[in-house]
Amino acid sequence: MSSTVISHGAAHHDAHDHHQETFLTKYVFSQDHKMIAKQFLITGIVMAVFAMMLSILFRIQLAWPDTDFPILEVFLGKWAEGGRIKPDFFLSLVTIHGTMMVFFVLTAGLSGTFSNLLIPYQLGARDMASPFMNMLSYWFFLTACVIMTASFFVESGPAAAGWTIYPPLSSVPTSIAGSGLGMTLWLISMALFIISQVLGGVNYISTILNMRTKGMDLWKMPLTIWSFFLTAIVGLLSFPVLVSAVVLLFFDRSVGTSFYLSDLVVQGEILPNEGGSPILFQHLFWFLGHPEVYIVVMPAMGLTSEIISTNSRKPIFGYHAMVYSLVGITVLSFIVWGHHMFVTGMNPFLGGVFMITTLIIAVPSAVKAFNYTATLWRGNIRFTPAMMFAIGMVSFFVSGGVTGLYVGNAALDINLHDTYFVVAHFHLVMGSASIFGMLAGVYHWYPKMFGRMMDTKLGYLHFWITFICAYLVFFPMHFMGIDGVPRRYYTFTAFPFMDKWFSVNLLITWAAIVAALAQVAFLWNFFASIWKGKKATQNPWAANTLEWTTPVEHIHGNWPGEIPTVYRWPYDYSKPGHDTDFIPQHIPYSETMSSNLPHDFEGNEEAIRIQNEWNKANNREVIEG
Amino acid sequence: MERTEDYTTEEVMQSRKARKFNLWLGMIGMFMMFAALSSGFIVYTASGVDKGIKTILPNTFIYSTIVIVASSLILHLGYRATKLEQFGKQKLYLLLTIVLGVVFFVLQLDAWSVLTERGVYFVNNNASQSFIYVFTGMHLAHIIAGLIVLVRCLWGALKPIPYPDNLFRMNLAAIFWHFLDLLWIYIYVFLLLNQ
Repeated sequence: MSSTVISHGAAHHDAHDHHQETFLTKYVFSQDHKMIAKQFLITGIVMAVFAMMLSILFRIQLAWPDTDFPILEVFLGKWAEGGRIKPDFFLSLVTIHGTMMVFFVLTAGLSGTFSNLLIPYQLGARDMASPFMNMLSYWFFLTACVIMTASFFVESGPAAAGWTIYPPLSSVPTSIAGSGLGMTLWLISMALFIISQVLGGVNYISTILNMRTKGMDLWKMPLTIWSFFLTAIVGLLSFPVLVSAVVLLFFDRSVGTSFYLSDLVVQGEILPNEGGSPILFQHLFWFLGHPEVYIVVMPAMGLTSEIISTNSRKPIFGYHAMVYSLVGITVLSFIVWGHHMFVTGMNPFLGGVFMITTLIIAVPSAVKAFNYTATLWRGNIRFTPAMMFAIGMVSFFVSGGVTGLYVGNAALDINLHDTYFVVAHFHLVMGSASIFGMLAGVYHWYPKMFGRMMDTKLGYLHFWITFICAYLVFFPMHFMGIDGVPRRYYTFTAFPFMDKWFSVNLLITWAAIVAALAQVAFLWNFFASIWKGKKATQNPWAANTLEWTTPVEHIHGNWPGEIPTVYRWPYDYSKPGHDTDFIPQHIPYSETMSSNLPHDFEGNEEAIRIQNEWNKANNREVIEG
Repeated sequence: MERTEDYTTEEVMQSRKARKFNLWLGMIGMFMMFAALSSGFIVYTASGVDKGIKTILPNTFIYSTIVIVASSLILHLGYRATKLEQFGKQKLYLLLTIVLGVVFFVLQLDAWSVLTERGVYFVNNNASQSFIYVFTGMHLAHIIAGLIVLVRCLWGALKPIPYPDNLFRMNLAAIFWHFLDLLWIYIYVFLLLNQ
């Protein structure tokens, strides 16, 4: 099309050094994908620490519901009068913990960081399709974070209706303290966040489909890219639906419409709203909400695939199956939302349909779990901290995924719904698994981001404490849930049947506190290594993907000269006949005659002929054409 | 906006193609939003016999439909003129499109006033009627974005920016404006079928 006529001089493409970058354009309003990735990561880490501290606060309340901690009043003021957290504030804590972890840490912090970092790097692109949109994406995200955090400084407190913000609690401003201004700020923050995610996601998809380097066909893409690609598609199709849900909720709250409201009496006052349906909100919300959990876990799967293969020094087991299982999860993620709504009076037949689609997800998930294990099997494993976290991710994904079969089953879920069993399930399968995938990614690609290495010993310390404590926190919750202990309850001493769980709660809280302290090791390691870490080499893990062919020092445009061409898939590890245990993607087959295999040539007869001539001359077996 | 002066011709072309693709993806996202509203409307309206639009849509919507279709056709002429490097015509057609866009905006507001005169208010215990406002209002929010894009195009043509950039902008603006046109037709037909 004529619209692709070129206006810019193409002659200077080697002159990369003539830009006068200021502090503002380099570090603040950067349009460079590498810097934006770091911005997403550091913001994500800050939000993670904040959200983790919120969880410690409510865990303190759950473990010692009858004890006063005067120090809490010092920090929290009227929300912890007499040193005990108030019920309203407790609800705010769980709400904001969930919101920040799911959206800010595991969606933006994970996808935002690694999609931005790796898509251009691993595909061989100079930058994203639209660097400007990419910058906007970060700034919308940061603004969303600031507004959400600011809701702690509001008189009536932050939103308190749970991260799922079900009406009517979220849509009647007078219902509880957290339904007031805090809820409005939550909605504004989330609207900005969605804009950020759509801008980012559009860019990821477009870059992957349009900006791959020569030779990088879809089946030569690393699994990281496949996972970011499918995650972005899921986000693009589901986040706009949340916009619609939130817009209608906003009108119900602030204008007086009745989309979700009907027959309500609040604080003794009869509300005029009639005819609305809160179930309508649940449908719209979960149409995003369920795909959201795959938005959270799929990038972690991609990172894990790459790290496990690299550090097992083995090709990933079942590359095609890994891609198809991601595609399967993507498709299925849109037709399972009803499993969050089994107890809403849903028609049992419809419930049955949602149950079947939900349980089918076990198939692609199991394919992934088995393939990770098979990749490890008899590998020449290097237990780097990244590898430990990647294996930890698989562990959590399996142990949390198994309970998905219970809660996905309508007959069982009616009993388990809204109990600690569900809390245990999703914290393992999407919470811990994703955060471990993310941490694995941070340890593995740190040298690419900062040009230095993180400390390995601190990495191991961080891993073992976090891994053990995460299990100590979430595993006992299954038993509490089976016993019927409901989630989001403020105090465990109010109901006699929960008394027997008192000591377990104590264990969980102590484990959570120790896990939180272990993160200090990570934070120290992360921030100190930026300046003090050992200098990284160009390819410290001896990996195959293209990002390791770029110079350690970041430059605008990523590669100083021409972008490398790709000739092979990214998993040629320990290929028999080759002198090293890895062959990067940009090495042509003509340089690896001793290790080429028949299927490498994809039926190219000329290439097979040349290879056979070489084989004959070197006493190797001749390939059948 | 993009620092492309360092890149090869091929890389600039690749980046343009990708940015155009961005627009298509963005439109998919926008469509999903309206699809969600449509399904919300269907689920809500099916929930009781007292639900539903229960009024005849104002005739003003017919006029606004004619206006936006006309604006789309004129913008297409503007794009063709740009391709043929007839910049006078380009500016004229762009200006006309912008004017028609504003007329569309005003007509939609007028339709709202017709509805309120009939007692069909936004704040309504029959939310099917509130949905009419949500659909048209959300579409108008997109029209504002479309108008900004068109004004930016006109600004580029007046300045003038280099021809290939001008043409690229026109191309993107035309795709987006046609999308808004089709989106309105979808909304109108959807509401007509449910009235």
